[in-house]
Amino acid sequence: MSVIASEPRTRRSAFGRPTAETGKWSWLTTVDHKKIGIMYFVTAFFFFLVGGVEALLIRVQLARPEQAFLTADQYNQIFTMHGLTMIFFAVMPLGAAFFNYLLPLQIGARDVAFPRLNAFSYWVFLAAGIFLYSGVLLGGLPDGGWFNYAPLNYIGPNPTDTIGAGTPVAAHVGRMVLYSIGLQIAGIASLASSVNFIVTILNMRAPGMTLMRLPIFTWMTFITSFLMLFAMPVIGVALWQLMFDVRYSTNFFNPATGGDPILWQHMFWLFGHPEVYILILPAFGIVSEVLPVFSRKPLFGYSAMVFSGIAIAFLGWGVWAHHMFAAGIGPVANAAFGLSTMFIAVPTGVKIFNWLGTMWGGKIRMTTPLLFAAGLVGMFTIGGLSGVTHSIVPHNYQQTDTYYVVAHFHYVLFGGSIFGIFAGTYFYFPKVTGRMLNEKLGKLHFALMFIGFNVTFFPMHILGLWGMPRRIYTYADGMGWNFWNMVETIGAFIIAAAIAVFMANVAITRRRGEVAGNDPWDARTLEWLTTSPPPPHNFDEVPLVTARDELWHRKYVGGADRSPVRVPAGASPDHPDHEGSPGASAVPDTAEPAHGPGHDGHSAIHMPSPSYYPLIAAAGMPIAGWGVLAGGPVQLALLALGGLVIFGGLFGWVLEPSAEEAH
Amino acid sequence: MAAGDMSAPLPGTDYEHATSLGIANDKLGIWSFIGSECLFFGALISTYLLYVGRTGDSALTPATIFDIPFTSASTFILLMSSLGMVLALAAIQAGEMRKFRTWIMATALMGATFLAGQFYEFTVFVAEGFTLATSPFSSSFFVLTGFHGFHVALGILMLLSMWAASMMGRLPQQLHTTVENIGLYWHFVDIVWIIIFTVVYLIPAATAAPVAG
Repeated sequence: MSVIASEPRTRRSAFGRPTAETGKWSWLTTVDHKKIGIMYFVTAFFFFLVGGVEALLIRVQLARPEQAFLTADQYNQIFTMHGLTMIFFAVMPLGAAFFNYLLPLQIGARDVAFPRLNAFSYWVFLAAGIFLYSGVLLGGLPDGGWFNYAPLNYIGPNPTDTIGAGTPVAAHVGRMVLYSIGLQIAGIASLASSVNFIVTILNMRAPGMTLMRLPIFTWMTFITSFLMLFAMPVIGVALWQLMFDVRYSTNFFNPATGGDPILWQHMFWLFGHPEVYILILPAFGIVSEVLPVFSRKPLFGYSAMVFSGIAIAFLGWGVWAHHMFAAGIGPVANAAFGLSTMFIAVPTGVKIFNWLGTMWGGKIRMTTPLLFAAGLVGMFTIGGLSGVTHSIVPHNYQQTDTYYVVAHFHYVLFGGSIFGIFAGTYFYFPKVTGRMLNEKLGKLHFALMFIGFNVTFFPMHILGLWGMPRRIYTYADGMGWNFWNMVETIGAFIIAAAIAVFMANVAITRRRGEVAGNDPWDARTLEWLTTSPPPPHNFDEVPLVTARDELWHRKYVGGADRSPVRVPAGASPDHPDHEGSPGASAVPDTAEPAHGPGHDGHSAIHMPSPSYYPLIAAAGMPIAGWGVLAGGPVQLALLALGGLVIFGGLFGWVLEPSAEEAH
Repeated sequence: MAAGDMSAPLPGTDYEHATSLGIANDKLGIWSFIGSECLFFGALISTYLLYVGRTGDSALTPATIFDIPFTSASTFILLMSSLGMVLALAAIQAGEMRKFRTWIMATALMGATFLAGQFYEFTVFVAEGFTLATSPFSSSFFVLTGFHGFHVALGILMLLSMWAASMMGRLPQQLHTTVENIGLYWHFVDIVWIIIFTVVYLIPAATAAPVAG
C-alpha cells in the first residue's frame, strides 16, 4: 500500500505493486474510486456518443418513407446496438460513474470496500464493450433487438439467411454469441460492483452515519446495487442458455425441438424490468440531491423517499410479464401483472410529489443542474403516465410493438435517466475538476435538449397510436406517417446539437472555467466538505456525522424562526467547521477524536496501492469469449488462453504484497 | 465468528476501517455474492422443472436415465466434504496447521471425487445417447449440473490454493477468515447440490414413471 506523504516506494519483487501516481500507468493500475469514476464516465460517455450516432442513423433512415439509406440488415444491427449500447454501455455505467465517485465521499469513507474489485468492474465493463463491438470485424453485430426474443435469436430477422429448417447460418450464430457473451461479461462487471457498493454502504460509513442519515443518492445506489445483485444472475442464465442453444445445439428456446420461446421472454423480462429501475434509480438519487440544494430546503419526506425507493425495487420484481401481455400468457396472469404494474405507480408518484414538495416554497436558484432535475420531474411524469397506460391490458394490445412504446421508454430513460445524469454532471463537475461548467452554455444545452427531446419523442406517441410499428427499417408512403417522422428526425439532430454544446462547454471550462472552491453550490452533503477535486484519501479527518445533511448542519444553525443562520467558520456549536479554503482543511484538527485504525489523521493515511491485476483478469474475458465464437482448435486455444489470463490475473491479485509487508 | 475478531485490520486484507456493521468486508461480500448465486441456480432449476417432462422423441426420461444409487453415493461424498471444511476451519482457528492441511486436502479430494463421479455419469449418459442436444430435458439437465460442477471445480481450486499456500508458509493463522469465506462458498455449493439432487434426480425419478417393484 502506498502511504500519503511518504517517499515513493520502489518495486520489490515480481509481485510488486505499481507505484505510478501520474501518467497513463496511474490510470491503468488505479484503484482510486475517483479515478475509476472518471474513467467510467469518459468511457460511458464515449459509448453514449456511439449510441447517439446509431440513433441518428436510425432517424435518417426513417425520415422519409421507403428510404434506402440503410439496408434492412444494417438497420437491424444498428437499432439493436443502439438499445444495447445505451442501456448496458451508456446509462448503466454513467450511473456507475456517479456511484464510484460519490459513494465513498458521501458516506465519509476513504475508498470503497474492495478497491481492486472496483477497478476490475471497470475493466470488465470496457472489455465487454470492446467484445460486443468487435462484431464490426467479425461478421456483424447482434441484430435481434436488445430483447433478442426467441426464435429471432435462432433464425435471424431475415428468414432467407437460414439454411434448412431452423438451422441458422454461421454469421447469425456469431452475432448471437457476441450478444450472449458480451452481455454476460458486462453482467460480471455489474455483479462485481453491486457486491462492492453493498458492502461499502453497509460497512464503510463514517462514525455517526446511520442508515437514515445516508444521503438519498447513497440510498438509491444501495437499492440499485441489490437490484443488480439479483437481476444479473437471471439474465446470466438466460444468456448462457442462448449461447448453448446457438452454439452447441441445446433445446432451450427453439420450438422446433421442444423448447419454449416464452421461457426466454420470462427470463429476459424478469431481469429486464428490474433493469429499468437500475437505469432510473441513480437518476432519482441525483435529482434528490440537486433539488434540495437549489431550493435551499431539506429534501421533503426523506423517509418516504427512501421507502418509496425500496418499494419500487421490491415491486419491480413482480411486474415483468407486463412486457408479455401479447404473448398469450392468459387472462389471470395478465390481470395480476396489470394490477401490480398499477401498484408500482404509487411509490413513483410519492417520489414525484416529494420533489415537488421540496421545491415548493423554496428559494429556487435557476441553475443548470436545477433545470435538468426539474426537467426529469416533468418528463419522467409524462413517461410514467404513458407507462401506466401499458398496464391496462386491452390498451396494451393496441400499443404493443408500436412507436407508442418507444415514446414511453424514451420519456423515462432519456427524459428520466439522461436528464438526471446531466443534472448530476453539471452539479458535480466542480467537485470532480475544481472548475465550474459555464452556466450560459449549460442553459443553452438544456434548452436545446429539452426542445429536441420533446420534438423527437412526443410525436412517437401519435405515430404509435396511428399504428406505426417499431423495429421496421422503412415504411410505405401514404400511411400518414411522413410528417411526424420527418419532425422526429429534425428533433434528433437538435439533441445532437445539444450534446455538442455540452462537449464544447466541458472542453472550454476544463481549463479555463471559474475555479469552484470546496462548496460552490452551498450544498448539504459530505462530498462538499472536502477539496475540489478531493485528495486521494478524500478527507484528512474522517468526519464525525451528527445529522442528516451533515454539511448543511455544520454551516448553519436554525434561527428563532427556524431559518438557517450562517455559522462563522470554526464556531459551530457542535464541532469545528471543516469547510473553507483548501489550505485550511489540510490542517489536522486536533479537537476531533480519531476513530479507530486508519482514521487517525495525525499519522500516515494508508490507501490501497495500485494494481495491474484487475486489468489483466478482465482482459482474459473477451479472449475466452472470442474462443466461443471460433471453432475447432482455435476455440480450444482461445478458451485456454483466456482462462489462463483470467486465473493468472486472479492468482496474482491474491498473491500481491499488501500494506504491512511493504514497510 | 465473533465480531471482535475483526476489530483490528489483518495483514493482507484491504479493509482499513473497523467496519460499521462489525462484520468483515469480505465476509459480507461473500454473503452478497451467495445471495446472487441463489438467483443463478434458481433460474437454472426453474428451467429444469419446466423441461423435465419434455423428452421429445427420446426414450431417455428421468425414470430411465438416472442411476440413483450411484448419484446417492457421490452426493454423500460431497456432503461429507462440508464436514471436512468445518474441521479444517476449526483446525486453523485453533492454530493447528498440520490438521488444517489434512482436512483442507481431504475436503478438496472429496470434492474431486464428486466431480469425477459427475464426469463418469456424463460419460455414461453420452454413451447411452443422452447428450446436450437430445431434448429440452437433457439440455436443462446438463447445463444445470454442469454449472454446479463448474462451481465445485472453482471451489476445489481455492481449497488446493489454500493447501499450497499453507505448505509454503504463506497462510498465517490470522488468515482463518479467508478460509472461513471459502468455506461459506463451499457449503453453499453443497447445499445447492442437496436441492439439485432432490429436485433433479429423486423426485422426477420417483414420480415420472412407475418403476418395477
